[in-house]
Amino acid sequence: MKEYLDIFFTFLRMGAFTFGGGYAMLPMLEREIVQNKKWATSEEIMDYFAVGQCTPGVIAVNTSTFIGYKLKGIKGGVVATLGFITPSFIIISIIAVFMNNFSHLKVVQSAFLGIRVCVCVLMIESVKKMIKGGVIDMITGFIFVLTFLGMMFWLNNPVLYVIAGAVIGLLLCEKVRKKGESK
Amino acid sequence: MILLRLFLEFFRTGLFALGGGLATLPFLYDMGERLGWFSKGDIVNMLAISESTPGAIGVNMSTYVGFHIDGLIGAAIATFGLVLPSVIIVVCVAKVLEKFKENPYIQSGFYGIRPVVAGLILAAMMQVFQIAFLKEHSGIQIDFKSVIFFVILYIGNKLFEWKKGKTVHPIILIVISGCVGVLLLGA
Repeated sequence: MKEYLDIFFTFLRMGAFTFGGGYAMLPMLEREIVQNKKWATSEEIMDYFAVGQCTPGVIAVNTSTFIGYKLKGIKGGVVATLGFITPSFIIISIIAVFMNNFSHLKVVQSAFLGIRVCVCVLMIESVKKMIKGGVIDMITGFIFVLTFLGMMFWLNNPVLYVIAGAVIGLLLCEKVRKKGESK
Repeated sequence: MILLRLFLEFFRTGLFALGGGLATLPFLYDMGERLGWFSKGDIVNMLAISESTPGAIGVNMSTYVGFHIDGLIGAAIATFGLVLPSVIIVVCVAKVLEKFKENPYIQSGFYGIRPVVAGLILAAMMQVFQIAFLKEHSGIQIDFKSVIFFVILYIGNKLFEWKKGKTVHPIILIVISGCVGVLLLGA
């Protein structure tokens, strides 16, 4: 029971402080799940994110379910997800009842000028870690640059890039295995 | 009956919206048009609220829509509907992955996927940067106050890491930044 409560409140905390959608959840995952609780490694978080990206639904919810499942099976997945969506549920309900013009309030807008800058600072660290973990040789470097440029200037469709990455990885299967053995 | 309808509509959205919270938008437009639950203007308003509150945007949107249709129960049903397909699918995928984790094909798949995720997140970060540092409604004018705050926050965080061995907790950094926003950055 205690473990479930721990999972619930850890994800509740992340749900309450993740601003700006799924990707902004990453710095929080890094700190809470990898560093503090040691429930997963940076590399695993990256894989969860990839899976969360290609399965339908909200990325943050998918990632929460995945980590919870890994810790405590199906119940763990459900508890993590419930934890993550509880703050949203409470905050949005309060806003829906009392403040129709919430996002137009001056205080909210000003606070967000600061929070957005903060999200930038937080994301830089996460991105650095992601690149370090994912770009390990020439081929992965190439995949990384192509994905970035593609997303910026060509086709804004994450699922497509993830599938393409998987296919390239599979085509190079033999090579990767040999590299792993030679290590 | 409306609750069942609400559940099914959001279940469908959760099942087919690929690529994160904003992918729920087209489904909401469709819902508004077919069922008359809300107008396009309502959706813009909902999106603004979802983006200016913590949590996943898709979850915030479904809670808000559900609440407007049938209060707290509506909010719960809509959110439940949105999340349910995710939970079912992710649990299935996780089961399979757990079993074949050491499989060389899965390993090589992830070898190719990891750099993609890094690229996707870098692209997402550029968008966040754009929103954070360009003044709204003024084209490409840079907001210098934000840039200065960014530099101070970044260096402060690094100094803390250098002294204490780890960076400031993200929650604390967010609270500080919100306060700075209200006190110094607001027009």
